[in-house]
Amino acid sequence: MTPLWACAAVAFLVLSVVVGVLAGPIDLGARDVLESAAARLHLPGFTSPLSPTEEAILWEIRVPRVVLAALVGGMLSLAGATYQGVFRNPLADPYLLGVAAGAGLGATIAIAYLPDGLRGQRALPVAAFIGGAIAVMLTYAVGRSARRERDAATLVLAGVTVAAFFTAWQTFVQQQNSETLQQVYSWILGNIPSTGWSDVLLILPYVAVAAVVIIALRRVVDVLNLGDDEAASLGVNVRRVRLALVVAATLGTAAAVAVTGLIGFVGIIVPHAIRLLTGASYRALIPLSVIAGAGFLVLADVIARTALSPAEIPLGVVTAFLGAPFFALVLRSTRTSAA
Amino acid sequence: MLRSSLVAAVSLVAALVVFVAGPAGAGSAQSVFPVTITTPDGKVTIAKKPRRIVSLSPTATETLFAIGAGKQVIAVDDQSDYPKNVPKTTLSGFTPNVEAIAGYRPDLVIVSYDSKGLISALDKLKIAVVHHDAAKSFAGAYQQIRQLGIVTGHVPEATRLVRAMKTKIKRIVDASSAKASRLTVYHELTPDFFSATSSTFVGRVYAALGLRNIADAADSSGTGYPQLSAEYIVSSSPDLIVLADSVCCGQKPSTVAARPGWDRVSAVRTGSVLRIHDSIASRWGPRLVDFFRALSAALARL
Repeated sequence: MTPLWACAAVAFLVLSVVVGVLAGPIDLGARDVLESAAARLHLPGFTSPLSPTEEAILWEIRVPRVVLAALVGGMLSLAGATYQGVFRNPLADPYLLGVAAGAGLGATIAIAYLPDGLRGQRALPVAAFIGGAIAVMLTYAVGRSARRERDAATLVLAGVTVAAFFTAWQTFVQQQNSETLQQVYSWILGNIPSTGWSDVLLILPYVAVAAVVIIALRRVVDVLNLGDDEAASLGVNVRRVRLALVVAATLGTAAAVAVTGLIGFVGIIVPHAIRLLTGASYRALIPLSVIAGAGFLVLADVIARTALSPAEIPLGVVTAFLGAPFFALVLRSTRTSAA
Repeated sequence: MLRSSLVAAVSLVAALVVFVAGPAGAGSAQSVFPVTITTPDGKVTIAKKPRRIVSLSPTATETLFAIGAGKQVIAVDDQSDYPKNVPKTTLSGFTPNVEAIAGYRPDLVIVSYDSKGLISALDKLKIAVVHHDAAKSFAGAYQQIRQLGIVTGHVPEATRLVRAMKTKIKRIVDASSAKASRLTVYHELTPDFFSATSSTFVGRVYAALGLRNIADAADSSGTGYPQLSAEYIVSSSPDLIVLADSVCCGQKPSTVAARPGWDRVSAVRTGSVLRIHDSIASRWGPRLVDFFRALSAALARL
C-alpha cells in the first residue's frame, strides 16, 4: 500500500512542478520551454528558441520560484507533521511554538529600525530568522520549567504565551513606526517572492538539515505519539529526541517563514489529508508529507500568480481557499468509507 | 458625480464670496469670517480666523505653509516632514489621541483620515475639524488647497498657488507629452511589486503626461493598486521605472538592476529608473509640481 502512495505523491509533485514551470502570466509555450530546458541540459541538437528576455523570465524568475515554493511547502508540511506527532496534538501547525510571531517581530524591527542600506533584500530574512529562533528558544525555556510529566502540553501553552507576547511587541513597534505598516503587512501576508535563486540558496541548508534529521527520527515520532511514559519504557530518551525533532522542525520553519512570510494551512492540511487517505503512521506519513506538501504549494503558487494574471493573489488566500474545500472532501469521503 | 459637482459649486461660490469680500474689507481677510466650506463629510463653519491650527495631514501641512498660513500652525503630526521648519510633534494621524490633540488647545484641526471616531470626538469638544481625504483627482487636490485658503483666511494665496500649479503642470505636459505618449511606465510602491494604475491619483500624473501605465492591464479587481507579477513586468519591459519605495524599503536603481531578469528591462538598460521621494509620490499637495518636474527631467534624458 505505502509504496503505491509514495509513487502517487512523487507523481503529484512532478506534475505540479511541470505545471508550475509551464504556467505563468507570460505564455512561453510548452514546446519552447522544453527545448530551452533541453538546451540547458546540453542535450545534443537543441538550441533554445526563447528570446533572451524569455530565457531570463523562465530561468531567473519562474523556475526558482517553483523550486522555492516546493522547498517551503515541503518544509511546512514536514514541520506540521512532526509537531502533530511530537505534541500529540492534531491541531499543531508549524507556527505552534511562536516561530511566526518571533519572525514577525524580527522582520518588523528590521523594517522599522535598520538603516536604509541594510534594509534591502538580505537583512529582512536574517532578522526574521533570528526573531523566530529566539521565540522558540524562549518557548522551550518557559515550557521546560514546568513539571516533567506534562511536558508536551506545557510546551504548547508556553508557545501560545510567547506568541502573544511577541505579537503584542510587534504591534507596538509597528504603531510607533506607522510608515512601515505597508511593508510589514505585505510581509505578513505570505507569498513566494520572485527573488531568483538567492532565496532558494538561503533556505536550502536549513530545509535539508531539518528534513534529514526528522526523516531519520521518523520511527521515533510514532513511539512518542504513544505517550511519554510508553516511549520512555521502550527505551527512548523522550526529552532529547523531542528536542532534536522540535529544533529541526523549528529551524526549517524559521528559514521558510523568513523568506515567504506566513503561509497558513499547508502545515495542518497536508499531513492530515495524507493520514486520512493512506492511514499511514508517522514512519510513512512524514516523507509523504514532504513530497505532497511541496507539490501542493507549487500548485497553489501557480494559481496565485496566474488566476488574476498579470496581477497576483496573496498565497495564503489560495492555500486556504483551495485547501479547506479539499480537506472537507477528504474528511467526508474517508468518514463514509470507514463507516 | 452630482455630489462632487455640488461640492465644487458650493466652494466656488464660497471662494468667490471670500474673494470679492476680501479686498473690500478692512485690508485683511479677517473680516470675512465666519466662513463655511463643504467637504464630503458635510459643512464646516469656522467662526473666526484660526490662530492655533493642528494638522494631522502631511499634505495639508505642506499646503498650509505654501499659502502663508504656516504662522497659524502650532502643531503637526509625526509624518509631516515638509517644509523643514514645521512644528513637528509626536501626534499621530493614524492612531490619534484626542486628549493629546486637545492639549494643544487648537481652534482648527485638519485630518486626512478619520481614525477611531476622531472627528466626532473633536466635535464634542467643539473643535472645528476639516477632513481632507486623499484626493482622487487633480481637481480634488486643487479644491482642498482652495478650501484650506478659505478656512485659514488666505484665499488670494491659495488661488495663486492653484493657478501657478496648473500653469507649471500644463507647461511640463505640453513639453513632454509628445515623447511620453510612445513610452510605458511602471510605478513601484513596494519591492513585492504593488503598483498604481491610471485611476489612482499618482497614476493620473503619468496619464496626464500620456505615458502608458503597465499596471492598467492588471487591475481586474479595480482597486487601483494591483500586485504585479515579476514575469509580467520583465516581459512588459517598461521604458520608465519610478520607485516610490526608495525611502521605505531602500530600493534604488542598483537594487532594481540586481533583481533576477531585470537587467533586460528597457528602463534598467537606459538608466531610466527614477527615485521619487515616497512623500512626494504619496501626497497630493503643492509638490505635485515637483513630481511632474522630476518625470519630465527623466523623460528628457530618454
